[in-house]
Amino acid sequence: MTGLITMDDLTNEEILSILDDAERLLPVARGELYLPLLQGRIMGNLFFEPSTRTRMSFETAMKRLGGDVINLGDVKTSSVVKGETLFDTIQMVDGYTDIIAMRHPRQGAAQYAQDAARVPILNGGDGAGNHPTQTMLDLFTIRQAHGRLDGLKVVLAGDLRYGRTVHSLSHALTRFGCELIFASPTLLQMPAEIVSDLREHGATVTETEDLYGSIEDADVVYMTRIQKERFADEDEYARCAGAYKLHAKHLGDVKGDMIIMHPLPRVDEIHPSVDETRHARYFEQAFNGVVARMALLCRLLGVTVPADVNAQGGVF
Amino acid sequence: MSNEQSMRRVTAIRNGTVIDHVPSGQALRVLEMLGIAGETSVPVSLVMNVPSKKLGSKDIIKVEDRELTQSELDRLALVAPDAHVAIIRAYVVAEKLSINLGEEVVNVVRCTFSNCITTNAREPLAHRLRVVSRDPLHLRCHYCGRPQDLDELVKNAL
Repeated sequence: MTGLITMDDLTNEEILSILDDAERLLPVARGELYLPLLQGRIMGNLFFEPSTRTRMSFETAMKRLGGDVINLGDVKTSSVVKGETLFDTIQMVDGYTDIIAMRHPRQGAAQYAQDAARVPILNGGDGAGNHPTQTMLDLFTIRQAHGRLDGLKVVLAGDLRYGRTVHSLSHALTRFGCELIFASPTLLQMPAEIVSDLREHGATVTETEDLYGSIEDADVVYMTRIQKERFADEDEYARCAGAYKLHAKHLGDVKGDMIIMHPLPRVDEIHPSVDETRHARYFEQAFNGVVARMALLCRLLGVTVPADVNAQGGVF
Repeated sequence: MSNEQSMRRVTAIRNGTVIDHVPSGQALRVLEMLGIAGETSVPVSLVMNVPSKKLGSKDIIKVEDRELTQSELDRLALVAPDAHVAIIRAYVVAEKLSINLGEEVVNVVRCTFSNCITTNAREPLAHRLRVVSRDPLHLRCHYCGRPQDLDELVKNAL
């Protein structure tokens, strides 16, 4: 394994083993234990487009493990604005660091960077392409709640057309034999080529516009933001955005252990009344970004996470 | 009708290239892919939809005074991977060239997706398309992973 560009870079066994590592690293991620497994290592954070959670959680993950981080900083004041190619930027950062986390507006940029680099690349999102570290934290959150990944019924709702998060996640869930329900307005349906690809890989997929009728026997409801910037027509956006507003009152008949997830930021698709229910998991999910990325950093840098972190870690 | 009779629909050429066993109806796409369409100073003859024992029907192209290069053969592999290419010198077949469509097509065409990282012409790494299936031909960009539309791809020859 060189870097992590798409979920295809990991076998199911590797996914589960990395999630096990992440589980053990939880006290380190919470700051309860000091375990400098990555002391002396430097990560390059190359975010060519805006990011809050992904960038900050990568940085937190590295620092919790005793490593250091250098940042590209604002693209507008970096050499990128002077016309530097991605190839040249990577050549430079490759020399400064041991691993690179990156996000780029162009699809394929992460694979391109991996081909140009000596160090591993962690893809933090490339255009509408892949976002595998988000998928790893999503899988971690699902397994944490249900104790397993296989055979679950998962509803993915909202903008399924443009959301790279749901594309990567639905591929991964298919590999674990989950049943998928895609709930979206017609305009924002999962791309047909992805649906047929999933079906070719044995997925059971149902497409619907009816979110509320789909959640009753679901194990996971994964909401996404309907992105205003994708619509040319304001009225059309208003109709789509209004289609999904999950409120606590909709959760009366759902399974007791059903969880609601969201990659955040949310707008109106999850009402704050849901936050107080036992189903809400999106803030834990955001926190899990740190622990999942810690486990990935260790794996890609060839550092073994000890079986008993308490025995090796120090307290503050 | 025999193959020889099909070939005789156009006159024999003294020097140049004959591309035979082009899938029926694909001759114009082959010419476009080879950059021979439209303005060209060499005589080009083509017959389309002639009977063929092997393919049922086929197209044949004859390009005079021009021998296909390896990079042109690589491009041909994307539109007519089973075509037969013969170099003619002094009316006789001097060389038979084989078309090889490997597992990857490197620096032959550019990815057709407008937001692919390779659309920046200044990026120096090779343009790479993976051959996902050969029949029917399906290609995906090595970098962005997008499936490639062959009609679009013809316009993206390097």
